[in-house]
Amino acid sequence: MCTVCGCGCGTASVEGHGHDHSHSHDHAHGHDHHHHDHAHDHHHHHDGDNMHFGHGPAGTEVPGMSQDRLIEIETNILAKNDRYADGNRHKLAHLGAFAVNLVSSPGSGKTTLLCKTIEMLGDQPLAVIEGDQQTANDAERIRETGARAVQVNTGKGCHLDGHMVGHALEHLTLEECAMLFIENVGNLVCPAGFDLGEDCKVAILSVTEGEDKPLKYPDMFTVSEIALLNKVDLAPYCDVDLDLYEANLRRVNPQIEILRVSARTGEGMEAWVDWLKHRLATKPVHVHHHDAAE
Amino acid sequence: MHEMSLAEGIRTVIEDSARVNGFDHVKKVRVEIGKFAGVEKPALEFAFDVVMRGSVAEGAILEMIDLPGKAMCYDCAKEVEIEHRLDLCPICGGGKLMPSGGDEMRIKDLEVN
Repeated sequence: MCTVCGCGCGTASVEGHGHDHSHSHDHAHGHDHHHHDHAHDHHHHHDGDNMHFGHGPAGTEVPGMSQDRLIEIETNILAKNDRYADGNRHKLAHLGAFAVNLVSSPGSGKTTLLCKTIEMLGDQPLAVIEGDQQTANDAERIRETGARAVQVNTGKGCHLDGHMVGHALEHLTLEECAMLFIENVGNLVCPAGFDLGEDCKVAILSVTEGEDKPLKYPDMFTVSEIALLNKVDLAPYCDVDLDLYEANLRRVNPQIEILRVSARTGEGMEAWVDWLKHRLATKPVHVHHHDAAE
Repeated sequence: MHEMSLAEGIRTVIEDSARVNGFDHVKKVRVEIGKFAGVEKPALEFAFDVVMRGSVAEGAILEMIDLPGKAMCYDCAKEVEIEHRLDLCPICGGGKLMPSGGDEMRIKDLEVN
């Protein structure tokens, strides 16, 4: 069964690695794109497991005799996801690549904002992982900008997880010091809880959504490092208070950075692109060939 | 928020532990859930029963232990315990609170035989 929302098998797929096929799970190129229960090399760590025989109701352990016993686990419920996320993070750190996880409700303008960002970044090496329940529409929009994009369809799943992103990364050849944009499934709830191995989450909130969105869905804005208040060009038509948006964002996350942007008019986009460049430039590089040569 | 995923995560951890520790029946699973973890306890209970079917933990009791919600107040710089995510600081009444604890979702231990 799917680890996401308990959906049945066979719903998540990766698209966009250079050739079109229908994901009927019978491809001939030796890689199963099905995202559940396939047999690549998963090491399950058990360092959190400790056996304590003396804690059972009987108080002792007698070999060969059955008795109840207590096994201390002390493991995060999402430990499996966290291991995949750590693997992704390690891979990105090795490349000195900077990854953002873009989270928002559906329709906040993530893809438009991403297209504009890619255009403004010019020759900066980058790649995009697109998460949606269905369709490759967003990846196609990204590819029209000339950028590489892999579409991950989550099927019934409501968020990307570390495992899906790990697979998507296998389909992307990331350059050193590249930027990776992971556009999560439009959803202000579940993606907050799933680490993908990114450097930070970026929340996108459009001015048409209502000033109290951060109060209604605090978790997502609490885990995000920066919020982009998008579609500010529409503010005069929507009777909204941009200062109230900011106050509510800071109410749930006093540390959050906020930028007012419009992907459509380009307003504020320079500051966002500068933020990305700064974060990439200041990311500590674990192994960097150029540095090593000096 | 995603209780089915959580139940699946619990099953994975239990099955890993069963292989390592050699047990084939779990009587009770104790989990610690923070106030701000966003977990709907009745939903997790339901998901747990469904997801554990056919596993060593089929029919096991799920015991959920609440962990308090903690936050750092950016006005008075103290760590405080709060009941709800949007509560004001109980010390200074400030509204700038950053959660510092209470997002735990941990499997504490298993009672097995």
